[in-house]
Amino acid sequence: MVATNGHRPEERTETRRKANRVVIRFAGDSGDGMQLTGDRFTSEAAAFGNDLATLPNYPAEIRAPAGTLPGVSSFQLHFADYDILTPGDRPDVLVAMNPAALKANLGDLSDGATVVVNTDEFTKRNLKKVGYETSPLESGELERFTVHPVAMSELTKGAVAETGLTRKEAERCKNMFALGLLSWMYSRPTEDTERFLREKFASKPQVAEANVLAFRAGWNYGETTESFAVSYEVAPASLPRGTYRQVTGNQALAYGLVSAGWRSELPVFLGSYPITPASDVLHEMARHKNFGVTTFQAEDEIAGVGAALGASFGGSLGVTTTSGPGLALKSETIGLAVALELPLLVCDIQRGGPSTGLPTKTEQADLLQALYGRNGESPVAVVAPRSPADCFDIALEAARIALTYRTPVLLLSDGATANGSEPWLIPDVEQLPDLRVTFATEPNASDGSGEFWPYVRDPETLARQWAIPGTPGLEHRVGGLEKVDGKGSISYDPDNHDAMVRLRQRKIDGVEVPDVEVDDPSGRARVLVLGWGSSYGPIGAACRRVRQRGMEIAQAHLRYLNPMPSNLGEVLRGYDRVIVPEMNTGQLAMLLRSRYLVDARSYTKVAGLPFQAEELEKVLSDVVQGSEL
Amino acid sequence: MTTDLGFPAVDGLAGVPAGGQELSTKDFTSDQEVRWCPGCGDYAVLAAVRGFLPELGIPRENTVFVSGIGCSARFPYYMNTYGMHSIHGRAPTIATGLATTRPDLNVWVVTGDGDGLSIGGNHLIHALRRNVNITVLLFNNRIYGLTKGQYSPTSDQGMVTKSTPVGSLDTPFNPVSLALGAEASFVARTLDSDRAHLTETLRAAAAHRGSSLVEIYQNCPIFNDGAFDVLKDAEEKQRRLIQVNHGQPVTFGPEDERYGVVRDDNGELRVAKLAEVDESEVVVHDAHREDTSHAFALSRLGGQHLDPTVTGIFRAVSRPTYDDQVRAQLTEAAEQKPADLQKLLTGNNTWTI
Ligand code: SF4
Repeated sequence: MVATNGHRPEERTETRRKANRVVIRFAGDSGDGMQLTGDRFTSEAAAFGNDLATLPNYPAEIRAPAGTLPGVSSFQLHFADYDILTPGDRPDVLVAMNPAALKANLGDLSDGATVVVNTDEFTKRNLKKVGYETSPLESGELERFTVHPVAMSELTKGAVAETGLTRKEAERCKNMFALGLLSWMYSRPTEDTERFLREKFASKPQVAEANVLAFRAGWNYGETTESFAVSYEVAPASLPRGTYRQVTGNQALAYGLVSAGWRSELPVFLGSYPITPASDVLHEMARHKNFGVTTFQAEDEIAGVGAALGASFGGSLGVTTTSGPGLALKSETIGLAVALELPLLVCDIQRGGPSTGLPTKTEQADLLQALYGRNGESPVAVVAPRSPADCFDIALEAARIALTYRTPVLLLSDGATANGSEPWLIPDVEQLPDLRVTFATEPNASDGSGEFWPYVRDPETLARQWAIPGTPGLEHRVGGLEKVDGKGSISYDPDNHDAMVRLRQRKIDGVEVPDVEVDDPSGRARVLVLGWGSSYGPIGAACRRVRQRGMEIAQAHLRYLNPMPSNLGEVLRGYDRVIVPEMNTGQLAMLLRSRYLVDARSYTKVAGLPFQAEELEKVLSDVVQGSEL
Repeated sequence: MTTDLGFPAVDGLAGVPAGGQELSTKDFTSDQEVRWCPGCGDYAVLAAVRGFLPELGIPRENTVFVSGIGCSARFPYYMNTYGMHSIHGRAPTIATGLATTRPDLNVWVVTGDGDGLSIGGNHLIHALRRNVNITVLLFNNRIYGLTKGQYSPTSDQGMVTKSTPVGSLDTPFNPVSLALGAEASFVARTLDSDRAHLTETLRAAAAHRGSSLVEIYQNCPIFNDGAFDVLKDAEEKQRRLIQVNHGQPVTFGPEDERYGVVRDDNGELRVAKLAEVDESEVVVHDAHREDTSHAFALSRLGGQHLDPTVTGIFRAVSRPTYDDQVRAQLTEAAEQKPADLQKLLTGNNTWTI
């Protein structure tokens, strides 16, 4: 089922070959519009019915010096005629818009890859900027690859001359030339892109026209030029039946939050402060005011979560979105929410740390911060999506837990999940979980005083009653000081504090989460690989490869990090070896070892990039064959 | 934005339902025993608030007090309304979320000079600039009480405290000047000991739509006793206390020695003996001026040393509130594009398998 090389021809025609899967990377200067180019190609692939996964990679600087290595921005896309799990390890095709883009990405290519370069940018000056003495196009160092030198800038300028744009403006359309060429190479439908360009530049018809012309010129260049004798076809994938669209993780998260408001019939209030890579959730949510969604761009991270908690106190679904450094700032308020026992969603789109770290790169190193990064015993529920589309479902799950148990819930996405995209089977709104809540309306004091006691609990969930301001007769005060259960009045009594600490812990421990499922096709595997969050794709792809090589391996993946599924201990103890790949230095593995007394072994990488299926395949097959880790 | 918010006619409590039954001070008194130190100025403010709230005619359940940390932060526990004793400095953020989502609530923030101006200074200035419909009571005792007597952002420079054994080096804030600089639409100052003035100021602050900041000079008999005594001493206060009223000339002093505030040749305000200036030179207070420089100049008179000191409403201007505008945007969006979740999730680019 899995093709190890997307270009391996399975059926030959004169000029068109079939491929099962292809990985393309568009790379250029951060001003070259590579993200847009990649996005468009993704949409074309999606519209064609391929399965796909994407990985944008861009510099932290908004405009790093042009033509330099730090300024390189890229977008990788993996599309296939079967269900794929990752954006791909190594590109089959690299589109390099300048020498820097070539140099920065060359190391990721395997032998035989196709390289399309914009020769117009290979000037002496540009080559020197990245330390090339002689042009790599002439030095022979690209011999291992099939290189297509194309004068993209000049061809683009020629193609759009009739629009009367300045040379500079005309040249800026070269990314659409590249897109056109690649669209021809992979027999992609083009109508949507032309429509997209006309809509995007609707206010500047001249620019719209130029982009369309550049796009067509790229297509025609492939069609008519000898050097591109071959084009490829990747057939649609056979995914479960239904209607699909493409979503990024941040988009899916925003849709999940809007849907949680809709299904709980509560107004959603998002308090947030701009931070990479979480800001897109704020941007997306800000567009859905018609759903009663309020977005509040706060003066800082603390105010973002504070306002969200204030909104929760008033009966809204309070949400805050951030990344690692912001989560650190929100800790005290999350602790307050633990003490107040109010629903609150805290979404952390993890990035490389510590401190400012790698703002645009991915990592999973906030797990312990999410679980324990507060003063005192301060338990919260923690969940993590396993893919971009899963962000939608996990947001609904986070809301369910927060509303049912009146607790803060931490949702740990990450940069790769947030910016990556994949096809999403659009859910039927009527089938989404019912999240409606009941506010307290009656006094509840057990002493018959007719008062309202804020900490009277549901005996099953241990959730306290939620009485919102405006409800007559239920006036009450809550706060961060320790209180007696039930009545909620302040208490410094030692035994009471001990009891309350354990009670809050018991409530979180009792949160109902589904059992973890194990994928072990043969049922005979002795090695279990367990991951959490965005490593699901590469781990899954690696397991497929290991199995294809005739070995047995079981895979399980955690979406619930606190509490963990109740069958997890049993699952872990059912295998001889447990391998835990993580993009940190072993945080989950440490938890598993201490909690379940199993010899879980870590395989870790903190390079700011997702795991590659290839590297995990090697690690896992070695372990299955008996190597130590 | 096209929605008409009806400014400036809208009252600060518009949207909050009017109460059915008549309430009394007792109705606003919770069963919690008040635990401030004997003689603390906080008692007087509590009594004034409990005493004046019934006259607003709004139900208890629609009133919310939010506080941070500090002596004054215990305030919500003593009010039989909804309340939250939150964390240090963050009450304005919580109140912002609450007021933005609940136009039917009368939201108060109780803070102090440490809570509101030190750890929470950022939140305070941003709440004021946004003009969220909340009323902020800033209890200024110029000291940290709860942590037992360290200097605060409003303490006198040179003040000897446990953390500054040879005197503090910090230049203090003038909270009224700060609030005016933060674009606050309502700024006032009053004294814990003057029940009538305190009540009158609270009344105006509650009626103001938008963020109101009321600085209350509050005595801490334990750690900074007598900080404001010169404004309470029957004789001294005649010479020092300038109570400004909108539309009135700014004059003060004992009958035999009246003073007035006049504008200097260089444009600055100064105190002059009325006998020595022409009556027409005396500044007339205008709290409704858009430009803040007049109110700011008044706030600078005397300053930290209370010689003299200005109390009353420095500024009360109408401008759209943050929360009203947020809600207007939501309403307008819903009218223009009725919410259809299935449509949103489906988007414009789909394919079917
Ligand atoms: S320490 Fe000062 S401010 Fe605090 S309660 Fe006692 S007297 Fe009041």
